[in-house]
Amino acid sequence: MEGLLANLLNGLSWGMLLFLISMGLTTIFGVMGVLNFAHGSLFMLGAYLSMQFMRWVGSFWVGLLLGPPIVAGLSVLLERFLLRPLYGRDVSFQLLLTFGVMLFLDDGVRLVWGAAYHVVNPPPILSGAIPFFSQSYPVYRLFIVVLGPLVGIALWAFFAYTRWGKVLRAAAMDRQMAEIVGVRVPAVFTAVFGFGAWLAALGGALAAPHQSVGPAMGERIIIESFIVVVIGGMGSFPGAFAGALILGLLNSFGTTLLPDVQMALPYILLAVILLTRPRGLFGAEA
Amino acid sequence: MKPRLRGEAVPAVLVLAALVAAPFVLSIYGVIVLTEILTMSLFALSFNLLFGYTGLLSFGQAGFFGAGAYFAVLTLIHGPASLWAALAAAVIGAALLAAVIGWFCVRLDEIYFAILTLGFGMMLFTVAHNWRSVTGGSDGLGSFALPELHLFGHSVSLFHPVSFYFLALGIVAFGALLLRRVVGSPFGLLLRGSRENSLRVSFVGADVRTLRLFAFIMAGALAGLAGALFAFYNRIASPEMLHWSFSGKAVLMTILGGSGIFLGPAAGAAIFFVLEHAITAYTTNWMIFLGAILVVLVLAFPKGVLGSLIDRWARRQQGPPP
Repeated sequence: MEGLLANLLNGLSWGMLLFLISMGLTTIFGVMGVLNFAHGSLFMLGAYLSMQFMRWVGSFWVGLLLGPPIVAGLSVLLERFLLRPLYGRDVSFQLLLTFGVMLFLDDGVRLVWGAAYHVVNPPPILSGAIPFFSQSYPVYRLFIVVLGPLVGIALWAFFAYTRWGKVLRAAAMDRQMAEIVGVRVPAVFTAVFGFGAWLAALGGALAAPHQSVGPAMGERIIIESFIVVVIGGMGSFPGAFAGALILGLLNSFGTTLLPDVQMALPYILLAVILLTRPRGLFGAEA
Repeated sequence: MKPRLRGEAVPAVLVLAALVAAPFVLSIYGVIVLTEILTMSLFALSFNLLFGYTGLLSFGQAGFFGAGAYFAVLTLIHGPASLWAALAAAVIGAALLAAVIGWFCVRLDEIYFAILTLGFGMMLFTVAHNWRSVTGGSDGLGSFALPELHLFGHSVSLFHPVSFYFLALGIVAFGALLLRRVVGSPFGLLLRGSRENSLRVSFVGADVRTLRLFAFIMAGALAGLAGALFAFYNRIASPEMLHWSFSGKAVLMTILGGSGIFLGPAAGAAIFFVLEHAITAYTTNWMIFLGAILVVLVLAFPKGVLGSLIDRWARRQQGPPP
């Protein structure tokens, strides 16, 4: 029973981190049509920068506040000067460019922070564990489990009810029509890319005390969040939520129940879903 | 089509002549690098049959490349000590895998095809990584002896890099010629048609899924052949050869050289490895340079390096527009 519960919570907390980064990925894809390979690296950069601020200032919250906006700022420059010239060209060039950015950032953090893994402690208020039946469970993971859905609901409300959200949806639905009615689509794209990067970096900053910070953390999460976005349906928030939960739980239960094939489980799930529902669980059928 | 083909014959013969002459000019180190470039060229060319000619971005091509490597090495360890048997096992094994996986994948296209092939490739990676008793797990399979090459009644030891280079050149030239014949054939024309407009191709009576499946199998078989060669070259078959980031290398080399030119992927492979060897001589952080160079090349060469150069040359031949 306790093992089951611990597995469940582990799966949920990993799922919620996946959800944070997948939301940015799915928004960028939904609005701009760009599949951002560098998204995992932005997640990783968020973790490193927040860790650095934590070391300088000594506060987790300052790191959480300062790290992600810097990543967002860098991403705005990235979109404006590198990605924008490619919009008229084949999609594969955008993929290749973000792939190049990924290589650059992954090796860049290795150059600055070294190849070793760093441990980040959760803030005092969220450290420690609370008793759970006969076992105990880290408070920080529970915090992630609660925070994920809150951010998701806030984002969904933003898209559904605010003027800005409507502009974004309009630009995603029909770029030309949005431009005709006066939406500055290039500016919207830049903002969306920066915002998605902020979400990824926030996920990274939150992940730092959850796992450890190292140069391979981006490569692992980018593929898992691709899978989340695809099985949920590209551009869909409920889809990203469902996909992240499924993948998170598959990860934690798979590790204990089927350790030999655990590594392949996400890919098997991906294949089954793509072959039965080609546009994902929540995607509009083509 | 005919005049185009004749126009290509001259440069092709020149390239082949240069490659045959290369070992007599280059140092042993240069020959080794060139062998690697040739092997990866075949891998990238096989990928481009799907990407450039059929319009399908496969992110799982390394799965077949690595599977070919394992099939070849397993044949050498457990089967006859024959180079030809090992190569045949690689090609047939990779083709069978591609037939099964392709049967599923050709149902999808665009980004969904890319993600699904990535998924299947990673399943193969997991098999290579976790099935320790057969594949050696994460250490790979390295303990095998490279047999002598038996050709026309002669036996040649492949221990010397130059002998191995000529084996690689022969195999890669064979593979490239085969691919060139295929893309120039009516079948290749149908593939290109399905890339431009698959609906129209199906209206004229062609079964697009079957066309794509045959392209997928052929690409997989040739990737397996390249993988076997790569395993012989490195004296090891390891799981990293099946990882998605290895598939990414094929994508990268192809777009780097130019997917619209037949030999573009090979040019991309050459640029990639020459840069890698030049930069790793000075620093271990080669990836940061590769990333930066890639970004610049993508922005500066819209059709890849070879593609853009040929375009520029063709424009100069035509003279300025009136």
